[in-house]
Amino acid sequence: MNWQRRLDSSEQCGSTSDSRVKKGVRKLKLPDEKGYFGSYGGRFVPETVMIALDELEKAFAAACADAGFWSEFELLCHDYAGRPTPLYHARGLSARAHGVNLLLKREDLLHTGAHKINNALGQGLLAKRMGKERIVAETGAGQHGVAVATVCALLKAKCTIYMGEEDVQRQSSNVFRMKLLGAEVCPVSTGSRTLKDAVNESIRDWVTNVRHTHLLLGSVVGPHPYPKIVAEFQSVIGRETKDEMLARYRRLPDYIVACVGGGSNAIGIFRPFVEHESVRLIGVEAAGKGLDSGSHAASLVRGKAGVLHGTKSYLLQDGNGQIASTFSIAPGLDYPGVGPEHAYYKDIGRATYVAVTDDQALEGFKLLCEAEGIIPALESAHAVYYAVRMAEELSPESLVVINLSGRGDKDLGIVSKEIEARQ
Amino acid sequence: MSRITSALSKRKALIAYITVGYPSADVTLEVVPLLADWGCDMVELGIPFSDPLADGTTIQEAGYRALRNGVTPRLCIEMASELRRKVDIPLVFMTYYNPVFNFGLETFCRLSAQSGIDGLIIPDLPPEEGAELEAHTSRQAMDLAYLLAPTSSEERIDLVSQRSSGFIYLVSLTGVTGTRKDLSSDLEVFVGRVRKRTSLPLCIGFGVSTPEQARRAAKIADGVIVGSRLIQLLDKHPFRQLNELVAGLRNALDTS
Repeated sequence: MNWQRRLDSSEQCGSTSDSRVKKGVRKLKLPDEKGYFGSYGGRFVPETVMIALDELEKAFAAACADAGFWSEFELLCHDYAGRPTPLYHARGLSARAHGVNLLLKREDLLHTGAHKINNALGQGLLAKRMGKERIVAETGAGQHGVAVATVCALLKAKCTIYMGEEDVQRQSSNVFRMKLLGAEVCPVSTGSRTLKDAVNESIRDWVTNVRHTHLLLGSVVGPHPYPKIVAEFQSVIGRETKDEMLARYRRLPDYIVACVGGGSNAIGIFRPFVEHESVRLIGVEAAGKGLDSGSHAASLVRGKAGVLHGTKSYLLQDGNGQIASTFSIAPGLDYPGVGPEHAYYKDIGRATYVAVTDDQALEGFKLLCEAEGIIPALESAHAVYYAVRMAEELSPESLVVINLSGRGDKDLGIVSKEIEARQ
Repeated sequence: MSRITSALSKRKALIAYITVGYPSADVTLEVVPLLADWGCDMVELGIPFSDPLADGTTIQEAGYRALRNGVTPRLCIEMASELRRKVDIPLVFMTYYNPVFNFGLETFCRLSAQSGIDGLIIPDLPPEEGAELEAHTSRQAMDLAYLLAPTSSEERIDLVSQRSSGFIYLVSLTGVTGTRKDLSSDLEVFVGRVRKRTSLPLCIGFGVSTPEQARRAAKIADGVIVGSRLIQLLDKHPFRQLNELVAGLRNALDTS
């Protein structure tokens, strides 16, 4: 399969082209030079790090034009991370979904257990190019933290990971993994003690040590150029999916369903399909204990525009512009903001955003275990549940791709507790 | 001449930062006139924000406490107008962009100006993103002071110099707010780089807490901003230590 990025010089970062699928194509040039997707994005950061963002932007542009950089990235994706990942026709799950063809993009099979490794490898190489000897990152579920710690071990960089105290407890096996890999793990005890506060703390560290430290953001959030860079490294997911669809089914999928916290796995798989209007893109947010419970993380479904962590996007906030505390059973979705590119797709109607509760996600989790022998991450289980539910309304010849962004080993503790609590 | 420009032209200015509503709204109302009496030339009123990513622990904690006390941007505006009746020194709001954006830029600037606020400092709003807010502050004859840091390039110094009004806020170090044992050894070099390229007054903040540090900063700047150390003394009624600190800082500036 063609997992390799085509490196002819005419191809720009982020663009895709295929002569077989020209119909209904809409070309979008995103983001603009100031890092805006429509009215979302930008660069709302302390002056101290403005220069680092300029530097990062230049380094990324230079890397984009350098075939050597991409071949190193692709080699690591292939040999080290295990790309390409399969697009698996889940017949067992399809049988539970009125016979609609459900295809799983198996990012869960990657080294470290989730799509996060794609971006960690890309940015790790970029940091090395920039001569930054230290890497700092935030993590929620710990998947990004593990991916970053892994890449730092591989590339011999110093690594500090900030993780909310709450998440340190919820995802202790990932904390142990990070430490084994040589990372320093700093529990964050401020605010809601989850992902948002870990991001604050990693930005503070970056502001302090910016001259020799790279902030390795794990999602399509943060100040420009992060949303653009992360989307680029993650869009390998969508490119593989597209090639595989065309090779096996001679057509594009009807639906692509992905979970959305910050939104990197979703942007990764959506990106190459955005220009193909026939492909319906669906992002599934965390409805937590219910959209009206006050305990959820559905920024796009229930939030409004605001500025957090350097970017303007949809946010969960109170009437005074204070960021709301969020809740989801899936730590990786437990974030009050979302990438500006998603905010833009929502406003122009290119993607649809829905929300799935904790209980429904657990149902999706169990369903995939039973029907396919695959234990999904709780984050991805949101997408699984919604795709199966959605299938009721679809004709059986529909092709639905679910981005199975991560595996569920890290969640066994949470799930066993939840199952006990419900018995 | 704006109230800020005038205050910065008289003597080396001592600028106090306090978080509105920490430890209580009453303390804010009581302490600002005292700060003015003791020799502060300007007070920055911090509107608390849930995610203050340019602040160290002291101001973070003060902000969380203020939020738990129910402080909102609207209450801060009301308190500013009460304070304006008691003091003549310039008052500026320091906060993050989201509370202002959420309030509505136009309304926020109009009400702030009406309540006697002279300017705004927004540490997560670089000039690249500030054009819209600038339009509203200038319509209300308020200053919008941008920040520069030791990492700022000459191009950025020029940009901030063109766009900042009232003064330029110089962040003394690469880092967040909070007390430090020593000022950065490169401070003079940094301030010199900026001074060469601008005629705006320069005020140094972040990491300035002792009279010795203030004296060194005042030798090269027009004003010195002290925040975290003051905050640490705000809950120690009846402010004897606070009074001593401010008097010491004032004396250091007058003899710098």
